[in-house]
Formats: sequence, structure tokens, C-alpha cells
Amino acid sequence: MGNIKVKIDNIEVEVKRGSTIYQAAKQVGIDIPVLCYMNLNHMQIENRPGGCRICVVEVEGRRNLAPSCSTDCFDGMVVKTKSIRVLNARKTVLELILSDHPPKCLVCSSSGKCDLQELAQRFGIREVHMVENAEVSTYRKDASPALNRDMDKCIMCRRCETVCNDVQTVGALSAVNRGFMSVVAPAFEQDLVDSPCTFCGQCVAVCPTGALTPYDDTPMIIRALADPTKTVIVQTAPAVRAALGEEFGMNPGTLVTGKMVSALRSLGFDKVFDTDFAADLTIMEEGAELLDRITRYVNGDKEVKLPILTSCCPAWVNFFEVYFPDMLDVPSTARSPQQMFGSIAKTYYADLIGVKREDLVVVSIMPCLAKKFECQRDEFKVNGNPDVDYSISTRELASLIKAANINFDKLEDEEFDLPMGESTGAGVIFGVTGGVIEAAVRTAYEVFTGNKLNRINFEELRGLAGIRTATIYFGETPIHIGIAHQLGNARKLLNGIREGRYNFHAIEIMACPGGCIGGAGQPLHHGDSSVIKARYEAIYKEDTGKAIRKSHENPYIIKLYEDFLGKPLSEKSHHLLHTHYFDKHKI
Amino acid sequence: MSTFKLQDCHKQTLKDICTSFNNNPGELISVLHKTQSEFGYLPEAIQREIANNLKISVAKVYGVVTFYSFFTMTPKGKYPISVCTGTACYVRGAEKIVDEFKDQLKIKVGGVTEDGKFSLDCLRCVGACGLAPVVLIGEKVYGRLEAHQIKGILESYE
Repeated sequence: MGNIKVKIDNIEVEVKRGSTIYQAAKQVGIDIPVLCYMNLNHMQIENRPGGCRICVVEVEGRRNLAPSCSTDCFDGMVVKTKSIRVLNARKTVLELILSDHPPKCLVCSSSGKCDLQELAQRFGIREVHMVENAEVSTYRKDASPALNRDMDKCIMCRRCETVCNDVQTVGALSAVNRGFMSVVAPAFEQDLVDSPCTFCGQCVAVCPTGALTPYDDTPMIIRALADPTKTVIVQTAPAVRAALGEEFGMNPGTLVTGKMVSALRSLGFDKVFDTDFAADLTIMEEGAELLDRITRYVNGDKEVKLPILTSCCPAWVNFFEVYFPDMLDVPSTARSPQQMFGSIAKTYYADLIGVKREDLVVVSIMPCLAKKFECQRDEFKVNGNPDVDYSISTRELASLIKAANINFDKLEDEEFDLPMGESTGAGVIFGVTGGVIEAAVRTAYEVFTGNKLNRINFEELRGLAGIRTATIYFGETPIHIGIAHQLGNARKLLNGIREGRYNFHAIEIMACPGGCIGGAGQPLHHGDSSVIKARYEAIYKEDTGKAIRKSHENPYIIKLYEDFLGKPLSEKSHHLLHTHYFDKHKI
Repeated sequence: MSTFKLQDCHKQTLKDICTSFNNNPGELISVLHKTQSEFGYLPEAIQREIANNLKISVAKVYGVVTFYSFFTMTPKGKYPISVCTGTACYVRGAEKIVDEFKDQLKIKVGGVTEDGKFSLDCLRCVGACGLAPVVLIGEKVYGRLEAHQIKGILESYE
């Protein structure tokens, strides 16, 4: 071990043995351009296939140029990162990539957010000398309800493959074929919907070009808003308010709840509601289920299925349907907050305002791409009419606000509409890893023991470690809790349960890093863990600022049960708020 | 293409092959080699079963199968035809020979006839450049071949 000295562009730098040239340069503030290279700090995942060759540098004594992202430093190394030879090589590399890339940047959905486009600008590429037939489409387009694949735009950086396999352990994507025909695809080049894909969308979040993009229903929403025969209502997920501001140049972690409500109202939505309300409802149902199972367990019922797993994350639901079909009776049957909202909106609320189901359009703003898939599931439709009509992401909402000429910075804060806009702090923390289970504990504790909680914050359930465990005492009864975020960690936890290594009563799982705050529909964080951290803190800040912080104390939830549902796990609840799972094992 | 149905005996064969490599995912290429020599090709069902045995994603298996030209997902015909398209054969008209085979058999390069009798592939240099252009049908070598002879040659195979 020990340190070594290298000289980069005449600057001496001391680095740890095993550091790459790229890392050493970064240490002294030299920003070598990269394309295929990706460093997701918070996951300790690096993608460096050394394939694109944009990051090449000159190393004294070495004949050819070296890719700095994947070349280790040696003691006494002398590196030039901006010689004419290097700059020419980078330009050639870019031209070669562009020669096999569709030239229609203006109408690409990644325009303005594309790493390749940014590099072409940076290097002043005005002409591509090697002309392949880049305009001719070579690959079949693949459209799913959550994301689209346009492999003509793939540059084989393989970031998506790394995320899909190493981080999420989903294994839907792999590099296939060779040469010009090589591309990242599911097995047998099937469509994503036929592959084990969970639609978590993390591949979209790291794609440097427009090869992987979200499926976008914004045009349908605009049409619905313009239709006078439709009543259009919207719900916003907890994580959106902690990140939307970033799209308008605000610092990560800026809470924009009031401005978001105001923007949505100004876009023409008839009512602006909150998914947090439905999160409170989820706690009532999921919490009741948890208590039911625990009470039966404590009373010696051998049949009871423990641990109970949360079921709010649609990518996680897709994941266990594919990979753990033997455990389909373990997760809670409670629908996700998005779907509970839709179901209540199109029954209870539609009746309340006297609008027919078909004339009520429910839109959701989600930090997530899997939500787009979830709202199209057949079991969440009544006579073909979906409970949630359209789901768009935080980024897509930002685009819509910009397109509508709304000056977001200048908006006055406004309040959500009632009744489905009232929520508690427990509903808010659904947006972070550990939040759902904390919200459940706040309610379940009081119902189980009959006592008021002395403290509301459960610090032992919080944090950003990939897998966390804690024991909470419900009076004398210890409740063992497991928490995982990112599907790779979820898999580890579930394998542990299968093998009998863990003994949990309840487990919360979120597919994305940090929970929904790191969802694939959020402003892109490029692996910067400080962004996730800032959003995480914002969510708890919002929770602390709420007058009511326990779901069962939400007055509009209480009213909903009194007027409509009866009680948690009632027949009506089962019909409207619960679901069932399918064996989708695909190998 | 993927009409291949996996029988229990096939599953056992694949299990044995994978076990002989300790079910080690690092031995995927060797496993595929062995499997192809056993089955003649690597249809979808077989790739899925291998992925299952080695506990890796089927996308990875497919990625390796499509990367190496040695691996094939189409079965070979009873009489596999290989046209040499090495430099010498190429300049002496191998392309016309390939076209004639394609026309006669109504298949593409890499394809197999519907009755499973012939399959057509190209290869690079069989080391008999003096006989260019060269064609192999099964083990038999045809040298200095001209396009008009092909119809007759094909008819001689039962």
C-alpha cells in the first residue's frame, strides 16, 4: 500500500496506490471528460468498461493513449491530459460515435440532458467526417408502459447493464451481439414487458443519451385538461416536493410543497390532492394487517405468515413476483398509496362531487417510472377504466410547468384541496427508506398497546445504509424490523429469510437508492449522494413541521372510515384497497 | 426457430453438463461449448435452463451466445454446407457460389431448409486455396466449383 506520486499537466499529486489517472486528476481539479464511466458513490458502484475512449490521456513512455478511467497510476508517472494529440483523439472518438448515432437531436426527448450532446458541444463538433448510415434505423423500438428503448441511440457505455445487474440484481439487460450490431437488450431481444424487468427505471436515470427514456403521458394530460367534460384531479407523491425545485435551479433539499400546489392549480387541475393522504390510508390498512398477523402470532397461531413485507413500491412488487413467487403470500396485500388514492377518488370522491367515474381523470405526479406500469395493471381497472389514468414523473411535471410559462420561483405558496389533500407527517415520510415502517410503527404501537407514544421519531429506523435492522418494543412485545433499499439489498434480505437466517416481524423494501427520493423519475443526481442526503433531510423536515404526525389521527381519514369504508380490513376495504399478486417467474 | 421443447431427459443432460463444471458461472463458455456439441445448437429453452442451473440471468447467457460466432441458435441441416469466403475463394467468385446456394435452397446464410436437409454457412479459408472456390458439404470437399454445377450437386444428396 502507501502513496505514490504522479505528475498531471505539470501538477504534482500524491495518490493512493491503485488510484486511476482519472481519480488522481480529479484530486487536483482537472476534469477529464468521460462518457461510459460512471461512479455511483453511495452504492460503491463504478462502471468503467473503458469502452468509449473519450477520457484518453498521454502517458510519458507509453506508445498509445491510455483510457484514464481504467488505467492505474504508477509512481513517477507523467500524464498530459490536454495535449493536441489528446484533444484530436477525443474529437475523433466523438466523431466515430456520432457517425453511428441518429442526428435528430432537436426532437430527442433527452435533448438538453444528453451527455453525448454536451460533449459534442464542448468539443465543437460541427461536422462528422465518417458517415455511416446513422439515419437508418437498425433496431426495433421497444415501448413499455414505463420506459422506451431506442437502441439506435445506444452508445454501448453499458451503464444500464451495470445498474440492472450489479445494483438491482434484476438481470433484465445484457450486452448482446457484436460489432456494429452490439446493443444492450433483454434475452432473445424480447420486449421489456416479457423480460424480468421491474421497471424501476434506474437504467433510464443513468443512460447518457436518449436510448432509454421514460414513457411520457403528458400529452394525454394536456388533452384531458382542455376537455370541458372532464374533471381532472391530481395527486402528488411525498418525494416530489423535496426534489422538484432542483429542476428550477434550487438547491437539493429545497421544499417546494406550496409552490408545487400553486403550479398545479395554475396548470388547470380542478383539484390538487396529496398522495400523502393515501399514504395515511395505507398505514391504516397495512398497519391493521401487521397487527392482525402479530396478534395471531403472539397467540400461538402457527399458520400466520411473518414477516409482513411492505407493498407500496411497484418495482419491488414486480421484483418479488418474478424472483420470489414462492413467497407471494408474505407481502401485505395493501395497494400502494397511488392506487389507494385512485380507487377512493373514483368511488368515494366521485360520488361526493356527483361525477361519473368515466368523467373523472386521476393524474399522479410520481418520483417513479414503475408507477406508470403499476397504474396500467389490469387489476387496478374497473370495466377497462383505470383507477389512476396517467402517471407522470417529477421531471415531466417540471417540463410541463416550463412549457406552460409558469414562473415557478415567483409562485405564492398554496394549500392542498380537501378532503384528499390533508395528510400527516407519517404520510410524508413514505418518500424515504425506513419511512413507511416508521409511519406504520407510529400507528401500530398506539393501537397495539392502547397507550400514546412518548416520542414520535424513531431514529433507529432511519439512515441511508442499504440494509438496516432494529427492534422496537410494543410494550413488552419486541418487534423485529428489517429495512432494505435498492433491489440488490432486498434480494439479500429475502434470501436470508428463505434460508431462515432472519427472524423479522416486518420488513420495508424500496427499490431505489434512498427510497422514492432517489426514484428514476426524480431530477437526475448522477450518483451524487449529497443530493439524496439533502432530499432525505427535507422529507423529515416536512414531517416535523406537520401539526399531526400519526396516520390514524388524520381527521379526513377518520371521516372516510366513518362515512364510507367502515373499518380497516372491512369488506369494502378489501375490495377497494387491497390486491393480490401473480407468479411471474420467467426463467 | 425456438420450437425446441425441453424434455426431462434434456434437463438431466444439461444438469450433468453444468455439474461437471461445478455450476460455476465463470465456466459459462465451456458449458455452452459442451452443450452445443451435445445438441447441435443452443435454442432458447436450453439457454434458459443453463441460466437456471448456473444461477445467472438468461440475458447474460444470450449475450455470450450472440457474441461468439461459434455458437448458433439455429440447428444445422442434415448436410451442412460451408462456403469458403477467404481471400482466394472470394476473388475466384465465392460470392456467386453463395448466391446460387441461397437461390437454390431459398434460405439465407446461417439458415436451414424447412425439411432440415441443408444448412448454409460461410467460413474463412479451409487451407485449400489451390482449389478455390471451395465448398464443404458435410465432410466432402468440392473444389473449383462453378455456380451451374450446384443444382446437380444438391440433387445428389438424398
